[in-house]
Amino acid sequence: MPSPPPHPTSQDRRTAYWRENLRYLVILLSIWFVVSYGFGILLAEPLNHYRIGGARLGFWFAQQGSIYVFVVLIFVYVWLMNRLDGKYGFGE
Amino acid sequence: MTVQTWTFLIVGLTFALYIGIAIWARAGSTHEFYVAGGGVHPVANGLATAADWMSAASFLSMAGIISFAGYDGSVYLMGWTGGYVLLALLLAPYLRKFGKFTVPDFIGDRYYSNTARSVAVVCAIVISFTYVAGQMRGVGLVFSRFLEVEIDTGVYIGTAIVFFYAIMGGMKGITYTQVAQYCVLIFAFMVPAIFISLNMTGHFLPQLGFIGEVSDGSGVALLDKLDGLHRDLGFAEYTSGQKSTIDVFAITFALMVGTAGLPHVIVRFFTVPKVKDARISAGWALLFIAILYTTAPAIAAFARTNLIDTIHNQPYAEIPEWFTKWETTGLIAWTDKNADGIITYGPGLASNPGVTNELYIDNDIMVLANPEIAGLPNWVIALVAAGGLAAALSTAAGLLLVISTALSRDLMKMQIKPSMSDREELWWARGGAAGAVVVAAYFGIHPPGFVAATVALAFGLAAASFFPAIVLGIFDKRMNREGAVAGMVVGILLMFGYMAVYKLGWFVAEVPPASSWWFGISPEGFGTVAMLVNFAVSLVVSRLTTPPPQAVQDIVEDIRIPRGAGEAHLH
Repeated sequence: MPSPPPHPTSQDRRTAYWRENLRYLVILLSIWFVVSYGFGILLAEPLNHYRIGGARLGFWFAQQGSIYVFVVLIFVYVWLMNRLDGKYGFGE
Repeated sequence: MTVQTWTFLIVGLTFALYIGIAIWARAGSTHEFYVAGGGVHPVANGLATAADWMSAASFLSMAGIISFAGYDGSVYLMGWTGGYVLLALLLAPYLRKFGKFTVPDFIGDRYYSNTARSVAVVCAIVISFTYVAGQMRGVGLVFSRFLEVEIDTGVYIGTAIVFFYAIMGGMKGITYTQVAQYCVLIFAFMVPAIFISLNMTGHFLPQLGFIGEVSDGSGVALLDKLDGLHRDLGFAEYTSGQKSTIDVFAITFALMVGTAGLPHVIVRFFTVPKVKDARISAGWALLFIAILYTTAPAIAAFARTNLIDTIHNQPYAEIPEWFTKWETTGLIAWTDKNADGIITYGPGLASNPGVTNELYIDNDIMVLANPEIAGLPNWVIALVAAGGLAAALSTAAGLLLVISTALSRDLMKMQIKPSMSDREELWWARGGAAGAVVVAAYFGIHPPGFVAATVALAFGLAAASFFPAIVLGIFDKRMNREGAVAGMVVGILLMFGYMAVYKLGWFVAEVPPASSWWFGISPEGFGTVAMLVNFAVSLVVSRLTTPPPQAVQDIVEDIRIPRGAGEAHLH
């Protein structure tokens, strides 16, 4: 791949910004999927052999853990995107 | 003071507060009426979104439903929170950058088509009406249970209050009353929960009590005790599921995607000043929602354990006072089948002579009777009434605004009479809100028999129509009018047809059994299938037809970059 030109055009910057955004989305939504559909549903049975406090782990992910992770995911996304906006000068 | 006096006092005070806010936050323009002038602070918007989202069902019924469903109740917990991740990452920032007032606005402009706009208007109205009928009914129920008035009278009082602040203040009035309503409802939900958690487990936080040990010195974990009680009584274990994995998966997914596609939730993100604010306010909203949604399963487990402990195998003569009180409302009922004077609880319907169970318990009692079961003071009981009303009113107002906006803007201004002035449009908006309140009140008094089915339908429709159309409109620049309209129409018809046959039993002799469900997926989860079909149809049709015009492709480029949202909304 050729190295990026010293003064990338505005279209290149937009494309690069969008790519990085999509990469964040894929990573964050994978975590979203794994904690709810993975730990809370598909893997709930095997995870129930482990415990967090007095709760079975799969059950806990379905009724507590996944929700905590959802909240954290949005705040991480906000932080990543604010940083990305700054990097490309697209902030407001 | 008696419960009755306390209830009048607290409910009266909160209503006065809502009306005061409505007078203070009058809307002077359509910009203020539709999106509160676009100047709402992100934290305030988070609070308002949380109140908007959490309905009478979240407040009153959800803990009870989970209490009876155990693990299977998780679909609501994950489904009604996980959608906010989709909303924050895939929709809110881009729709805010787009900078108009409604979801049909986006669909109509992005797909350069008034057909698409009209399909979106119909969906928005159907979804909102099915939802709002339940809220008005909820208001009536809370009134009738706590103030001992007729349900209909309760609906009238609730209608009058919503009428006043939704019509005067529009989105501006609704936003700030919702902030107040969130505070009332979360306080009312948490106080009894904390008391009960302390009582049963010694933990202050219900979330910790949930995974803690019962405080009778036995060292047994609460959930283990509950599983044990369930086994003893012949129920399936509380922490294991009964539904098939694929159905749990599909229902959770349909609820998440439906949440992200509900117009009254989406529109809240048009009210903040910047794209950045739309992102963070989704985070605040979910945080405020999560406080209730992580407490509800704890209440469910506490209440279930408590109920079995205090009632099963007890002589009726020695039953606590709250039991007889709630018996009179019909929310709990006991028939002494074996005539031994002792209450026997177990699986199965008590009305069925073949089962030993003698008890009927309504879902709602878990939250309503909790303060009494835990022996809390009268003012806490009154607080629960005020909280239930706050939850129902805030959601009703948000939905009514969507309906009024769909009529005044998406239909009148954008299609029938584009030349009308802002002032005239504002009168249409107020008139639309007034008409919608009256229709909602009618549904509240004469609830359609299929209310339970229609709530699932609202989520299914949102999942099958709006979600794919909006996501593709942002992430697929090649998506065109033909693709989006075809996808929405096929998605809605499929969802509606499946619901009609498999839930309501239309067109067939009787409602088909679960064994005949497609892929083993219930009507509640079918939104997932309809959504996938919508995506597939949209993608195929769009690739076979002409690409969208350059101007539309430029819109897509533009909404992907945050800069410049401030100017956009003044268009």
